[in-house]
Amino acid sequence: MKILVCITHVPDTTSKIQFTTNNTKFDSTGVQFIIGPYDDYALARAVELRDQTGGTLTAMNVGEAETEPTLRKALAIGADDAVRVNSFPKDSFFVAKQIAHFAEEGGYDLILMGRESIDFNGGMVHGMVGELLGMPSFSPVMKLELEGTIVKMAREIEGGKEHLEAQLPLIAGCQEPIAEWKIPNMRGIMSARTKPLVVVEPISQETQAEASSYQLPPAKGSVKLMDKGQVSELVRLLKNEAKVL
Amino acid sequence: MSILVYVEQAAGKIKKTSLEAVSFAYALAGKTGEGEVIAIALGTLDRDELASIGESGATKVLQAADERLNAGVIQAHASAVAQAFESIGTKTLVLAKSSLGDAVAARLAIKLNAGLVSNVVELPRTEGGFVVKRSIYTGKAFADTTITTDKKILAIKKNAVEQKLDGAKAQVEAFLVSIPESDFASKISATERATGEVLLPEADIVVSGGRGMKGPENWGMIEELAKTLGAATGCSKPVSDIGWRPHHEHVGQTGVKVAPTLYIAVGISGAIQHLAGVNSSKCIVVINKDPEAPFFKAADYGIVGDAFEIVPQLTAALKAVQ
Repeated sequence: MKILVCITHVPDTTSKIQFTTNNTKFDSTGVQFIIGPYDDYALARAVELRDQTGGTLTAMNVGEAETEPTLRKALAIGADDAVRVNSFPKDSFFVAKQIAHFAEEGGYDLILMGRESIDFNGGMVHGMVGELLGMPSFSPVMKLELEGTIVKMAREIEGGKEHLEAQLPLIAGCQEPIAEWKIPNMRGIMSARTKPLVVVEPISQETQAEASSYQLPPAKGSVKLMDKGQVSELVRLLKNEAKVL
Repeated sequence: MSILVYVEQAAGKIKKTSLEAVSFAYALAGKTGEGEVIAIALGTLDRDELASIGESGATKVLQAADERLNAGVIQAHASAVAQAFESIGTKTLVLAKSSLGDAVAARLAIKLNAGLVSNVVELPRTEGGFVVKRSIYTGKAFADTTITTDKKILAIKKNAVEQKLDGAKAQVEAFLVSIPESDFASKISATERATGEVLLPEADIVVSGGRGMKGPENWGMIEELAKTLGAATGCSKPVSDIGWRPHHEHVGQTGVKVAPTLYIAVGISGAIQHLAGVNSSKCIVVINKDPEAPFFKAADYGIVGDAFEIVPQLTAALKAVQ
């Protein structure tokens, strides 16, 4: 069983988002980067499935050299080896092309990633890779169990979930509660230093929908604070001032 | 040239978010001088329900009445929509961002070689390039994105446009699809869906409770307030983590992102991860006994006080004005 897990290198969820260079670049000053929280769930489940099946687990990222500490963290959590496609992830299509190419050459049985990255929130890469490889793709997957080559999944839908069964090979975009996040232990951190991390160049430069400039939302006006005796006043304001009732 | 809209159904009804997508396409067609808006609906649906899509701006509805498509089989839906896209010779597909919509749109982008932008928040600018504004960093920022391909797919976020309701009935036409058997290889064995409630991602008003509610047994007052407002109920991450409420009600960075007209937070302190899920709301009301709760800084209106006193009073005050 060969498992590929794709991870993103994204600002910590508590980061203050700012832009620079005339609003054309993300300002990474003082920002801590992490494995995307959804990818972290995918990675945790991938480690469990690798241990269960005795297979191999490769972690992959499309990013420039600065993302290597994030990939090393994936190795510390339990991936056996890692690959970095040496390019800024320009858009979903660009990233999907790189992953599909690598996955096809490697003959992976199961490809897991987060349901979406928390920077661009597209949630499109898994479906694109699925279509490029002619494999079924599922997202957002909140449960994934292997029974031989049959995969039993639960996929979140609006107001509930759907239970599914499909055959390997397949691709899943993951979210909680598929597994508990894993924290690397000292042995993992030590061994991550010597596990292979290969750098490859992108197979194409093609993009379809690149971001060109960024904006921040307008600043929020200050809150109107009331005390507990003013419930009817709140209702009046919601009706007449905010006009939301 | 016409614009195609992929509409979804839930329990035999076209979803409201899909109708918003139809209105978005209608406004886009008006802006670019393109022709009519055509909707594609999959599965067996009532003809009157399909005709009513016209009220939101579609002139025609194609219906692929294959009952295997009643369920959201991702690959089969992608194949069917691709066939409709090619058959009417359009260049633009619009759909509502959703669990199924996202999964289908991604496969369609590759099938059709179409540039795809998700989380679209307003009509594209079409002078000198096709520039789409999308929400990024979980609502903390926006990006202008240029689609360079001839064919385009826009997955729109809730409340990107007002739903139009003054159109006429649409003409319903049968659309024959030929879907490879392999698209149905994955089987949906069961679906669990909350019934008789307003669905959280689609709700215009959301009432959420946090740890300040002290226990699941106190949710009755949240539900009562929601019912009075015709709202969906949500919760913070700790609440769904402890199991007080189901996971599909978790609002936040790693849960459901909502964009209602009115969001009421009860007993939620307002961690940045929760705010990320609600920052697209038009109006936020916070009820919390701690005047220092960070949520007040992100709110439009706030009441400092005990939720157990204030929520029933608010429900009563709302009933009084209805």
